[in-house]
Amino acid sequence: MGKVIVVTSGKGGVGKTTSSAALGAALAQKGEKVVVVDFDVGLRNLDLVMGAERRVVYDIVNVIQGDAKLPQALIRDKRLETLFLLPASQTRDKDALTPEGVETVITELRRVFDWVICDSPAGIERGATLAMRHADIAVVVTNPEVSSVRDSDRIIGLLDAKTLKAERGERMEKHLLLTRYDPLRAERGDMLKVDDVLEILSIPLIGIIPESMDVLRASNIGAPVTLADARSAPAQAYFDAARRLCGEALPITVPGEKRGLFGKIFGRKAA
Amino acid sequence: MTKVLTDARSIRIKGRSFLAVVLSPDLPLDEWLTRLDDLASRSAGFFLGRPVVLDVTDLDIDRGQLKELLTAFADRNVSIMGIEGARPSLLGPGMPPALKGGRPVSEDSMAKEPAVEVPAGKLSPEVIREVRPPLQSIIVREPIRSGQSVIFPEGDVTVIGSVASGAEVIAGGSVHIYGTLRGRVMAGSVGNSSARIFCRKLDAELLAIDGIYQVAENMAASLKGQPVQLWLENDTIMAEKLA
Repeated sequence: MGKVIVVTSGKGGVGKTTSSAALGAALAQKGEKVVVVDFDVGLRNLDLVMGAERRVVYDIVNVIQGDAKLPQALIRDKRLETLFLLPASQTRDKDALTPEGVETVITELRRVFDWVICDSPAGIERGATLAMRHADIAVVVTNPEVSSVRDSDRIIGLLDAKTLKAERGERMEKHLLLTRYDPLRAERGDMLKVDDVLEILSIPLIGIIPESMDVLRASNIGAPVTLADARSAPAQAYFDAARRLCGEALPITVPGEKRGLFGKIFGRKAA
Repeated sequence: MTKVLTDARSIRIKGRSFLAVVLSPDLPLDEWLTRLDDLASRSAGFFLGRPVVLDVTDLDIDRGQLKELLTAFADRNVSIMGIEGARPSLLGPGMPPALKGGRPVSEDSMAKEPAVEVPAGKLSPEVIREVRPPLQSIIVREPIRSGQSVIFPEGDVTVIGSVASGAEVIAGGSVHIYGTLRGRVMAGSVGNSSARIFCRKLDAELLAIDGIYQVAENMAASLKGQPVQLWLENDTIMAEKLA
């Protein structure tokens, strides 16, 4: 039986899709069977980041409405054979998702895959609540700035209220993924420090992903950052986060501003 | 022609929370009314002076039947103060107002209502509520997240954790926060001017004691980030750093 992870945040544009793809690819590179599911119906992006946008035939709404079977909608990644994508529909909107339909899809995916990563849309309405409903683990993606932190706090409250786990009286395992961290700005006080964010949100930290041009380059070439440039700083941070998800007790390293000489030579692959 | 306000003083408008009994009838109505009469006969005065809310969610009736039901209640001296869950087409002039946003309450709070007369003979458990002294305080062991509200008009609220920005605590008594207060707190909300607010670190958005408000902008800068206690003196919120 696979584990269902929801990658959520409340705030938009903080790195949910980037992180879903990066973590999915990192776990697949360890040999795990992974499917990343795009819940952002109408504004889908996961297919772009995964480089599968020209191979989408059926999507999750087709499966829910019975127009297609689940294996027909799943797209296998060309580079990693244990990584699959279930895209969202672009022509519909979130109202096309039904609780029963989502339950059926997730149950079926759980049977086949080791990890089901649900890329939640921004917001707190139907799309987001359906994405989190069946999760075993939540990864709350937050930028170290005030609006993102407040929205993440809101979504943490919802994780403890609107999920099946919460309704059964169980605790949802929540992890904080701090993204777009810029050490210089944190030093100057323009961005919140790691400790400030942890003090407000009070959930365990699973990784700090530094702000980096590598992320933009990776999505431009249609690859998760952990595939496009595995030696870049964000990719390394994602690999560490994936290891922590699997249970390894790695100490967290806060990214510093200077990379070593090796990092400078090997870390900048051309796109 | 513009109307000029003759009196510069504004009317004091307050919010209050009341506990109401909710009756949810089911079809057929005649049988349900018989069961209601049975309840009333076994506990005389159960409905006397008690505000009752009628819950018609999922009840398949039309306006005429609702009118008949309300008349039936009036005949039995049950005063319906509002109707919950009614379709807009059901309500008409002269009917009790539509109510929204009711919150379920624990059995213990219900026990505070006037004691039910215990008649001799067979007692049914759902009719007689054990009258115990009401709970004076609740303790919340987790941080209160943005968007969450803790509402406890019966007494004090103690939070072991922080109150996040965008969260609120509304208590009838005092509020004690063993953490950082970043959200809103309203103490003494049912008219208790001796209620106080305590916190380990003050960073609140809004504070209120018995209806008197103070927003973050008007709070003294020296108190920010400090452990503070606040109380009401002559309609002003006073604050003092805790040792």
